Amino acid sequence: MEMRVEAARGGAAIVRLDGRLDLVTAGEAKQRMVETVEGGQKRLVVDMGSVDFVDSSGLGAIIGVLKAARQAGGDLRIACPTGQLRSILELTMLDRVLRPYETVEEALTGYE
Amino acid sequence: MVTLPAAPNYPQVSVARHAAIRLLIAANLLLGIWYISWRYTDSINWAAWWIALPLLVAETYSFLDFCLFGLTVWRLKRRGAAPPTPEHLTVDVFITCYNEPVELVRETARAALAIRYPHRTYVLDDGDSPAMRAMAEEEGVGYITRSSAWQRRSRHAKAGNLNNALFQTTGELLLILDADQLPRPEILDRTLGYFRDPDVALVQTPQWFYNVPPGDPLGSQAPLFYGPIQQGKDGWNAAFFCGSNAVLRREALMRLGITEYVRELGERVRRALDAADALLREAAASHRDSELPLQEAIVALQAAVQRARQGLRSGAPIQEVTWKFQDEARSVSRLLVAFDLSRIHAELTDIPGVDAEDLQGSLDELLAEGSTLDALAGRTTSPLAAIETVRQLLLAVDVDRDDEAQPVMPMATISVTEDMATAMRLHALGWRTVYHDEILAVGLAPEDFRTSLQQRLRWAQGTLQVMFRENPLLKRGLSIGQRLMYFATMWSYLSGPFMVCYLVAPIIYLFTGIAPVDAYSTDFFVHLLPYLVINQLVFLLVGWGRPTWRGQQYSLALFPLWIKAITSSVGNVYFGKPLGFVVTSKTRQGGVHWRLAWSQLAVMLLLVVAVVVGILRLVLGYFDDTAGTLVNLFWVGYDLLMLSVCIEALTYQPRPEAAEVPTAGRTPSLNVVPPSPEAARAVAESHDRASAESA
Repeated sequence: MEMRVEAARGGAAIVRLDGRLDLVTAGEAKQRMVETVEGGQKRLVVDMGSVDFVDSSGLGAIIGVLKAARQAGGDLRIACPTGQLRSILELTMLDRVLRPYETVEEALTGYE
Repeated sequence: MVTLPAAPNYPQVSVARHAAIRLLIAANLLLGIWYISWRYTDSINWAAWWIALPLLVAETYSFLDFCLFGLTVWRLKRRGAAPPTPEHLTVDVFITCYNEPVELVRETARAALAIRYPHRTYVLDDGDSPAMRAMAEEEGVGYITRSSAWQRRSRHAKAGNLNNALFQTTGELLLILDADQLPRPEILDRTLGYFRDPDVALVQTPQWFYNVPPGDPLGSQAPLFYGPIQQGKDGWNAAFFCGSNAVLRREALMRLGITEYVRELGERVRRALDAADALLREAAASHRDSELPLQEAIVALQAAVQRARQGLRSGAPIQEVTWKFQDEARSVSRLLVAFDLSRIHAELTDIPGVDAEDLQGSLDELLAEGSTLDALAGRTTSPLAAIETVRQLLLAVDVDRDDEAQPVMPMATISVTEDMATAMRLHALGWRTVYHDEILAVGLAPEDFRTSLQQRLRWAQGTLQVMFRENPLLKRGLSIGQRLMYFATMWSYLSGPFMVCYLVAPIIYLFTGIAPVDAYSTDFFVHLLPYLVINQLVFLLVGWGRPTWRGQQYSLALFPLWIKAITSSVGNVYFGKPLGFVVTSKTRQGGVHWRLAWSQLAVMLLLVVAVVVGILRLVLGYFDDTAGTLVNLFWVGYDLLMLSVCIEALTYQPRPEAAEVPTAGRTPSLNVVPPSPEAARAVAESHDRASAESA
């Protein structure tokens, strides 16, 4: 699991994940994203385009970061969903809470 | 060398026995319908309706209870050995503890380390004790306590302990053990095979207690439940999770947690938005004289609520809706803060000696930084939040569940028996569960009557909480069979009031001659006897080779406890009252605490007097219904036999001398001897904290 954080306009940050977001990697990914929020970049757009596989622990981590962001007055959005991400979002009904944006650009627009 | 206390190997129900059981169940169903319908249509003594009708209701209750029991064992599933054990699964072993003696947990940790299948062992210490941490380090097992997020938030007892640990570990499967449950080395080898089926979420094994004396005066063992009943539920894919000695699939739990998060979040946001109009109107009215432009702020907030409601209705994701709402609330708050600051500025410039220019400069600088304004206009810091109801609204219309330590709570927190509620939700999501009928861990039962009563009360309360909060008959996603299996257990916990009818009716008859039935005639015996006899025969065949007598006694004898379970769980669920405890005696050990069962003793006395009176009335010629008197004498005899267990329990003295308690310096062998009664009590009491915390 690779993770890069890029600053974006409007004070937001783009988090680019690469690899599997599963029970093995979820904890660390969450930790690093929470640190990003604590570091002042409170609006995150998580680019999921290169994530091969997400399990429910991965989703749990994303919700955990969403919580941390909201408590800091920020937010989290996910972008570029793969088919697998869409299906697990539907399976857990999480798409009612977090609807993935097609592109990072689209996700960023709301933050301006 | 690992030597665990030997557990019994109860005989399994053979194919032939199961066939006989089914035949008898079918026969008794017909006999029961025949009897009950005769009772309704042809036997009620209307002259004494006040006892006739309650008894009839009680009999109907018991008949339905039998039907549910019959349905359960009808599908009794004999699994035998599990499929071959898969390799390379990652397994975490969780030992949940809360103030149990450290040496007791050490034994469990050692037994857990000795489990053969590769795994990681963790002690989940809710007591957060340095001694426990030191023990975990000495034994080389992981040690987990609550994260800081749990401070000042609801801890949710054991469910919270497990939920916390789920986010700090990574095993695909979790073996859950109570602090006193010593696992056998083969526990994982014997159970993991079931997880080859990707839909299996849980494998439950029996709980059996090694410190129970012969005769089991407190009725601690539950060989009928951990056996035919669970096997029957298993047949309907409804085997229960019982909190310990079970293996769970992390993926199933996490998915459940997320699904529940979404469901509860949706409900909460919708409820908050629905209540917001009235709430904001009230806030506006009560702050009419405020100097702040509060009225305008509230109007703006009302508009935000409207928009959020529309957003939800049009199916927009909650994250977006709540983000917009929070964003709008923040702009409203910023206006208020700016107003405040300008006023501060105005007042400061009036103070002689203050350089207004300089001050303006530094204020502007502060505000330009954004973060300052954000800090002053945040969800809980803005002037709006000073109005408590508005603050609640701002917190509720958000996705972070500010009131909970973790947004995702895989283990259900709606009941003090989180295990049952969790399993039911897993079933509703389509997961499968397995009951494996082989004792693979042995633990400690309470050794005094009070603690044992408290434990039973907690189970009954927890089960009824689930019934009132998430009734299985109405829960979406469950099959008919699953609904009935959950309901069967809940139904059996409603017995209290009906048991009173069975105790009171013969007393009234023997004292006064007033009978709840028309006549104790041939017709009566013809209808009742076959039904009663076959009923007993079914229980005998189902429980063959297992000690079920104590369970039968306690189900009648604890009628006051069952009644208390109903009243307290109704009070808790519908009126928010604490669940309450069994009357406690100050001296914790030794002596006989008659108060624990005073109502049973009073009823027994009444029954004995009724026997004497009934016989005297017959002998002295005041009464002439010999058949009726005999029936009622027999009935009283049965009641007394059942209630007599209370005397055994009250006079039972735990082992006076604590057996050798293992000490820290010992070599890591596992020649386990039963620890002291004190330890057994500590174990049971730590389980009981759930009732206290749910208050």
